[in-house]
Amino acid sequence: MIVVENLSKHFGKLQALNKVNLTCEKGECIALIGPNACGKTTLIKSILGMVIPNQGTIKFNGRPIAGQFSYRNHIGYMPQIGRYPDNMSIGQIIDMIKEIRNYNDQTDEELIEAFKLKQLFHKRMRTLSGGTTQKVSASLAFLFNPDVLILDEPTAGLDPLASELLKEKIIKEKKKGRLILITSHLLNELDELITQIVFMQEGKIHFHKSVEQLKVDTREEKLAKAISLVLKQSQHE
Amino acid sequence: MNRIVKFVILDILKNKVVLFYTLILAALSWSVFALEDNSTKGLLTLLNVVLLIVPLVAVIFSTIYLYNSTEFVELLLSQPVKRNRIWLSLFLGLSTSLLLAFFAGAGIPILIYAPPEVSLMMLLMGATISTVFVAIAFLSSVFTRDKAKGIGIAIMLWLFFALLFDGLLLFLLFQFSDYPIEKAVVFISACNPIDLARIMILLHLDVSAMMGYTGAVFKDYFGSSYGIYIVMSILALWVFLPYRISLAKFRKKDL
Repeated sequence: MIVVENLSKHFGKLQALNKVNLTCEKGECIALIGPNACGKTTLIKSILGMVIPNQGTIKFNGRPIAGQFSYRNHIGYMPQIGRYPDNMSIGQIIDMIKEIRNYNDQTDEELIEAFKLKQLFHKRMRTLSGGTTQKVSASLAFLFNPDVLILDEPTAGLDPLASELLKEKIIKEKKKGRLILITSHLLNELDELITQIVFMQEGKIHFHKSVEQLKVDTREEKLAKAISLVLKQSQHE
Repeated sequence: MNRIVKFVILDILKNKVVLFYTLILAALSWSVFALEDNSTKGLLTLLNVVLLIVPLVAVIFSTIYLYNSTEFVELLLSQPVKRNRIWLSLFLGLSTSLLLAFFAGAGIPILIYAPPEVSLMMLLMGATISTVFVAIAFLSSVFTRDKAKGIGIAIMLWLFFALLFDGLLLFLLFQFSDYPIEKAVVFISACNPIDLARIMILLHLDVSAMMGYTGAVFKDYFGSSYGIYIVMSILALWVFLPYRISLAKFRKKDL
């Protein structure tokens, strides 16, 4: 579904992505992990066309995305730090996105219901706490039944209850055969979701394995332990 | 397309700055015409308002607005919207609302008090200058992420075109007064949208006689019927080029 080929991006001298290759298929739930500043968000933003890569191509359903925009109809994106126009209210933001998307089918408002956002619809974005902003971001990402969900640190800043709700929603969507791409540092939360692990380091993809394979390789039962083992190993290298 | 323009215009109209700008323009124009019994004198006073305040407000407001709408742009970019469309919508939204403010504030009194030919020229030039400086604001805001720097560039550009340029031109005129440089002056003043607008309005005010020989040369070049087409196409270029360059830059920008 998404094929990344030889992708490179540098910001000045900093090499954020270095010849990254990645293939993601329908129905997979991929965790993108790695230390801070390893290029996870840059990779995600490149897929979304928000960052323009210096080299390499990204294909969505077989077509290169450079200069395209309609492929984003199939993507729901939840940013790490949602930034919204300050003086618009939650309701206005959601209405505006609906109007811009021009989506004809029934929108998926489960998360809006679950987070009880309707009661906050009149609140301006600038007055919201970080957690509530994340709830808005999450609701927007799921609103149009996208085939691909890209979630950048989805549970950061959410309270345990909300984060549980979001997790349930992700599992539900996964069962519908959507491709889900998650970055997260909270490894415990991912355990029951993830089918594949992509480990990035210094702008490169260190490995891309299925969860079972990783558990076998590291001889660990828990995903979190397996990953911290990998992290430790990579630091010693 | 028009959906995003609508959001931008509504957002700007909610912003009190544009309303304030309209009121100031209205107060200035009405009082100028009420004080002077000769409408030409009033127009000459207003000319300086149109040529100094209108571009200043257009360039600063647009630059600040563009920096403040970074979030809006970021939000739209994760949606299926073309980059060209976002940029054009912002441009149309900003220029439309500033034009509305200009027409509501200064347009009505000018149309009422001044003779139709002159007043239409004044409105046309005010509107064009406003749009030119919105385009210049797009240029200055796309080059740097730093808001203070961006606004600084915008103010410097306004200062250059509104004040410094004339000083340089005057300096040139004095230095080379022994040579026949009138044609060169015509060419050089075409490099400044504010000067072009000023010349156009003055020529229609019939005070060009006071500008001496250079005035006569100007009248020769710009006063003829197709002179206005030349001026309008140069000014259109002044809108198109900065916008086009900023668009090229925006399309490659990382957000």
